[in-house]
Amino acid sequence: MLAVVARIVWAAHRIHSFLSIISTDSAPSVWFPNRATEMSVNEMFSGIQGFLSADQDVREDIRKVVQGLEQTAREILTVLQSVHQASGFKDIPSKCQRGRELFCTVRSHLGDLKTKFPAEQYYRFHEHWRFVLQRLAFLAAFVVYLESETLVTREEVTQILGIEVNREKGFHLDIEDYLSGVLTMASELSRLAVNSVTAGDYSRPLRISNFINELDSGFRLLNLKNDPLRKRYDGLKYDVKKIEEVVYDLSIRGLAREPGSGGEE
Amino acid sequence: MSKKEAEGSFRKRKLDISHTQQIREERDGNPSSAVMLAFKTFQQELDTKHDKYERLVKLSRDITIESKRTIFLLHRVTSVPDVEEVLAESEDKLDGVKLKIKLIALELIGEDLYQYHRAFTPGIQEYVEAVSFQHFIKERSLISLEQINKDLIFIEDKKNEEPEGLSSDSQDEKDKPVCFQVTPTDYLLGVADLTGELMRLCISSVGNGDIDTPFELSQFLRQVYDGFSYIGNTGPYEVSKKLYTLKQSLGKVEDACYALKVRGSEIPKHMLADVFSTRAALVESDEGIS
Repeated sequence: MLAVVARIVWAAHRIHSFLSIISTDSAPSVWFPNRATEMSVNEMFSGIQGFLSADQDVREDIRKVVQGLEQTAREILTVLQSVHQASGFKDIPSKCQRGRELFCTVRSHLGDLKTKFPAEQYYRFHEHWRFVLQRLAFLAAFVVYLESETLVTREEVTQILGIEVNREKGFHLDIEDYLSGVLTMASELSRLAVNSVTAGDYSRPLRISNFINELDSGFRLLNLKNDPLRKRYDGLKYDVKKIEEVVYDLSIRGLAREPGSGGEE
Repeated sequence: MSKKEAEGSFRKRKLDISHTQQIREERDGNPSSAVMLAFKTFQQELDTKHDKYERLVKLSRDITIESKRTIFLLHRVTSVPDVEEVLAESEDKLDGVKLKIKLIALELIGEDLYQYHRAFTPGIQEYVEAVSFQHFIKERSLISLEQINKDLIFIEDKKNEEPEGLSSDSQDEKDKPVCFQVTPTDYLLGVADLTGELMRLCISSVGNGDIDTPFELSQFLRQVYDGFSYIGNTGPYEVSKKLYTLKQSLGKVEDACYALKVRGSEIPKHMLADVFSTRAALVESDEGIS
């Protein structure tokens, strides 16, 4: 951390030192180049070059940590993916347990990431970890859903990942990243609904259906711009549709215990 | 379809819509459930963010327009007898732009600069271009990033619209001057655009029969080009893209200087401009001056 700050400060200092080189006190005659400025163009560019290479070093460090994070995220995903297999429904709690253990590694990685750049420049390097953070938010949400069948709150996600909610306090979870993670979970759940029917669990799709519908109405409250989040949200209606079809299939065959939406015999 | 039928079908459709809405509301369940409440707060948060972003985009567009006008004004320097007058006018225009930048700085108080960077970067680049162009015309040198940033420190006058003693940090901000920091990348991109303007200045000054300026400009542009080559691809992607255009500008200016050197003494002044509009590829002319 200190090394990074020192580098950036050094680069800033280099840029700062141009001022002393430029002599503005003697206004040169308009049509003759000022000899002193020949130096200064070079100086300026070399100062900026210093800044840029310091910047690149920081990015390099961040990339290394993010790679580790992505690796762990893949491991967690593999553990949780097994719920889709017919045998997987039996020991969901133990899988969640295993997932939660792996989140410890995530926490230490993120703690490492915090030290790689100055805290107030979060958004300058945001794109480096944006993707993996969305993925982790999804995984956390998925674990919480499997355990308690509720929507994870933003605070819970930040607790699981060991980061902050508010920007002022340090490394935080951007709201759009949280929402993206939740959307990813929705499509995962529509898959789960299909697979749980295959595995003979006929009550789960109904619960998932209620959950997703609530999520959908929640998202409909938001005024989204034409950004990546909006594109992801546009996919939510297909997940809703898919789950409704599953529920429909169950109810016309009388497999649903509870009265489903439509299909009363 | 008759009017009546159309109305009827319209009414029917309206009925359908209200019906589906009803179904939806039933399906949505409790509007005061935990999820819905959470999403209400998300809605507010996102709206605040988007509003700020839009405000910054507007400011950035204004800055772009004003800076472009300043540049056009400064291009008149070659054809106007009174240089000082043009410079004074450009100074006024740039002061107006600075006020807009101050508004951006005020928007960004307590925010992460880079979160909204994409909203205002075009305007800032254009401003860098304008201010460095003016500086070049005045001083014949490249303005430094340091100096640009020094001009963007605004002493905050007491905000009247805020009642006294709102919170501790608003108190701090009153004591602190508001300043806007141009990032090195924005500076570089602005300077890259400047070279294009200098190329135009060079060609138009030749057209006016000014023989010294092109040589001066070519020297300056060469320095800038060397600087960019030195940075090369350590810089961001946009910088590498501009390097190509920069090379073209430099080529044009160097060709102009070449033509002036070799044949300038023989061509009547009023025809000079035509020579530069076609690339001077007449190297094999047997009037080579040893």
